[in-house]
Amino acid sequence: MGIDKKSEPLNRVDGRAKVTGKAKYFAEFEVPGVTFCVMVTSAITRGTVATINTKTAERAPGVLAVFTHLNMPAIPGWAEQGNNSKLPSGGEKYRMLGSNKILFNGQPIALVIADTLERAQHAASLVTATYNKAAHNTDLLKNKEKAAMPPRLGDYSRGTDKDAHNTAPVKLKADYTVPVEVHNPMELAGILAFWEGDDKLTVYAKTQGVKSTQRTLASAFKIDEKNVQVHSEFVGGGFGMGLRTWPQEVAVAAAALKLKKPVKLVMTREQMFTLVGYRPYTIQHISMGATQDGQLTGIYHEATAETASYDDFTEGAVSMTRFMYACPNVTTKYRIVPLDRGVPIWMRGPGEATGAFALESAIDEMAYKVNMDPLQFRLKNFAETDPERNKPFSSNNLKEAYQLGSEKIGWAKRNPAPASMKDGEWLVGYGMSTGVFGAHRGESTCRAQLNTDGTLVLQSATSDIGPGTSTAMVQIAHEVTGLPIEKIRFELGNAAFPPSGSQGGSATVSSVGSAVYDVCTALKGILTEAGLTFDNGAVKPAAGKSDSLQDVLSKQNKTFFEVTKSSKGGEEQGKYSMYSFSIHFAEVRVHPGTGVVRVKRVVTVADSGRIVSPKTAASQMIGGVTGGIGMALTEEGVIDHRFGRFVNNNLADYHVPVSADVPHIETIFIDKPDPYTNPMGSKGMGEIALIGFSAAVANAVYHATGKRIRELPITPDKVLSA
Amino acid sequence: MNQFSYVRVTSKESAIAALAKDKTAMFLAGGTNLVDLMKSGVTNPERLVDINKLPLATIEETKTGLRIGALAKNTAVAENDLVIKHFPLLSQALKAGASPQLRNMATVGGNMMQRTRCHYFYDTAMPCNKRNPGSGCGAIGGFSRMHAIFGASDKCIAVHPSDMCVALAALDATVIVAGPKGERKIPFGDFHRLPGDTPQQDNNLQRGELIIAVDIPFNQLSANTHYLKVRDRASYAFALVSAGAAMQIKGGNITDVRLALGGVAHKPWRLKEAEAWLKGKPATEENFRKAAELSMAQAKSQGGNAFKLTLAPNTIVEALKTAAAQA
Repeated sequence: MGIDKKSEPLNRVDGRAKVTGKAKYFAEFEVPGVTFCVMVTSAITRGTVATINTKTAERAPGVLAVFTHLNMPAIPGWAEQGNNSKLPSGGEKYRMLGSNKILFNGQPIALVIADTLERAQHAASLVTATYNKAAHNTDLLKNKEKAAMPPRLGDYSRGTDKDAHNTAPVKLKADYTVPVEVHNPMELAGILAFWEGDDKLTVYAKTQGVKSTQRTLASAFKIDEKNVQVHSEFVGGGFGMGLRTWPQEVAVAAAALKLKKPVKLVMTREQMFTLVGYRPYTIQHISMGATQDGQLTGIYHEATAETASYDDFTEGAVSMTRFMYACPNVTTKYRIVPLDRGVPIWMRGPGEATGAFALESAIDEMAYKVNMDPLQFRLKNFAETDPERNKPFSSNNLKEAYQLGSEKIGWAKRNPAPASMKDGEWLVGYGMSTGVFGAHRGESTCRAQLNTDGTLVLQSATSDIGPGTSTAMVQIAHEVTGLPIEKIRFELGNAAFPPSGSQGGSATVSSVGSAVYDVCTALKGILTEAGLTFDNGAVKPAAGKSDSLQDVLSKQNKTFFEVTKSSKGGEEQGKYSMYSFSIHFAEVRVHPGTGVVRVKRVVTVADSGRIVSPKTAASQMIGGVTGGIGMALTEEGVIDHRFGRFVNNNLADYHVPVSADVPHIETIFIDKPDPYTNPMGSKGMGEIALIGFSAAVANAVYHATGKRIRELPITPDKVLSA
Repeated sequence: MNQFSYVRVTSKESAIAALAKDKTAMFLAGGTNLVDLMKSGVTNPERLVDINKLPLATIEETKTGLRIGALAKNTAVAENDLVIKHFPLLSQALKAGASPQLRNMATVGGNMMQRTRCHYFYDTAMPCNKRNPGSGCGAIGGFSRMHAIFGASDKCIAVHPSDMCVALAALDATVIVAGPKGERKIPFGDFHRLPGDTPQQDNNLQRGELIIAVDIPFNQLSANTHYLKVRDRASYAFALVSAGAAMQIKGGNITDVRLALGGVAHKPWRLKEAEAWLKGKPATEENFRKAAELSMAQAKSQGGNAFKLTLAPNTIVEALKTAAAQA
């Protein structure tokens, strides 16, 4: 059972298509008669649209329609779901163009549809609106008193001494801030929608879940799911923003129905800041207690995050604290503050990336307080079993990871005293952090078709937002069947394929990969029954048989064998605590005069089970660390709260790392199969690549300078002012 | 973006005439800033006069210095042997700006004409006296982290975003412009304006004038130069503070020096007082520090940019130190 050998490193099976432009993204599909949608958005943050003048726009050349709250076609599913809300905020649901109410700045107030993009853009500039402004709140710090426990996440507490963090011999109390971060993948969000009749909808979408998009659209228009075709074969990055089908995408489908024409929306970069979610601004308080010799006795971790007035977005910012360390007394709380903002959504390392910055910074702070090496402090408080669930880990190779990573970076060779190391004028610092994320496995289905020519086609309605899903799936099929890579094709991004979950939560290889494994295993059984076998990279007659694959199929009047298998985890899921782990080591340079921080070297070790696809896995780690560098040093969505508007909603002013910010990133994989997660022995990886990295950098900055910076990103002004 | 007409001209005269007869017309060179402004609805010319075919892209040596044509691309200037030999500071400053793709399109004249990157200027839903005189300054009391510490007014605290202009200000360049009334010369330091009560005017060009070239006089400052740009990431970000320094050092003493800052004012900020103070003194960190402190006498924080009061002098010191350390 399972695959026990190391995987060979494959090139991306779709790499050539991507770099030659052959890979088609949603906006590139050419549909005859396509029309173009441009959104006009609210200039105020809260209130109502008093008047909206669309006459000039409607008369502009090429304009087919301008939809506002006054004439937007009804979306039957939305109407049926009603407007009552049970949110702690008491807010009402957001129904785009459903009324004149403005719930957040940048909310669409009109859709302009024209025969060319340029004409739609021009006409959109001719729409004018007046507003009745109401007072708004977008600043979490000024609305903390509205913090409420989210319905979906209660408080957690273990231990008999709830006050241990306050009464311990060594105490740490600190507050940490993670700002708004936006996903902003290179490919802009949007949709291309067209109808046949009034009950068959086809969309080309940018989505992390074709089935999820199918369900959302089917329920919005009250049509059968089978009547919604969703295509999303290539996605130019998602980072979580594609885990929802956004209201404006549904609205475009409604416009297409009304106009009886294909309509395409490609959002602007500015709109990517307000209409497709973000990592919520979160403030965290950690109170930690330890004995003089470095044994943790109590941790209190409270996170307060923003959400929209109309939704109770909740994420696991305090999850890691519950189980990461063998601490007898732990209390965690998560609070949300409803603000006049669009709704957040999961962003790479959702919750944990925010929480790990606080927890792993606090661990570093406490290690210095008790005069221990931060690595030794972590080992001293190592949790051998999951203290939250009182279950064994399915696998936990953190100790080996700590050792490998620390050796590679030269941890022991550093002078551990803060502000003690220099390279010319630059201060040198080393920092480390742990990252963790649940090793999830969902239900997934895969169809296999073995053709006469011996090629194997696999299909599943999953997505590939960049990690190399097809490559990993081909690799698994290759390992089960022995067929050569070039004879296997994995097809995804089509909702008509057998169902799979969305690509999120680092679960695709575990979930879809298991279905691929199972369906290939089932195919083996079918071949056996037919007197055939996979033998040395080809389908051959079984021992004692003489009919070839072609002969057998021909005799059965078939052109292919096919089998579909659904796969999900079993009872082992309840017996073990399943997590992926990462250890990040960062070496930084800090300039004492300018406050500039440069990440000089990175060693990242992943304990994510058996590595299915070594090359794409390494790429994913490098990408995650790059995102981590952004989180640590550069990324912050800045809102002017007087207006409720972003003041850096473009990629010149919202700084993601450029190549010059990213040093060589050494990725190390423990590469040991987890016995319980799935047949491949793999665990997820996309999230842990980023989770914790920001703390490693902050800890390195402390080591370099003696300055503890608890608010991300660590920009030169903060270093100078600390 | 609004509809506009487009005309390509091939001579200075026709360019100037095209602007003279149409008040809504603007010159188009590299377009790296103007087109963005048009897309944002900040600038709405009804006619673009494309000057890229004018023969103004040459870089040539004159008796007294280098003459750089207004249409010379930023990349061409940065990589020009004469520029690197005589004015390495200019090459360094250009390479610190934008990205290779932008520098391949952007011209010298266009770089001088680029407008502030203040977000309130770009967002037409926000107040901005530069875009819409009388509407107020959004940055005052708002997001002022990137903004001016020198020469700001209660109407505008925006900064000029150019790196190239910092070097040209330091190098005593002269701008040659042509207009309906003929040619004239503007000392570089007088080209850009402080905001005062008319922040809508970035510079002292008259309506219809065309930048022809920039003259840089030869100097003895090429051995010890450094352009230091402090920013939020290693490349492709506007300066928090930048400093251009060029020195002549003999026997450990500074015999001549040029110093200017970027990212701190509505124009490139030449530090003549510090230059005068440094002249004749030993090239030591202590002296650099004193000169830097002297430079900050008039500096004023807007709140969000208070760190620049520390960062600016530190950047001056680092730029001078690095320049002095050149072999």
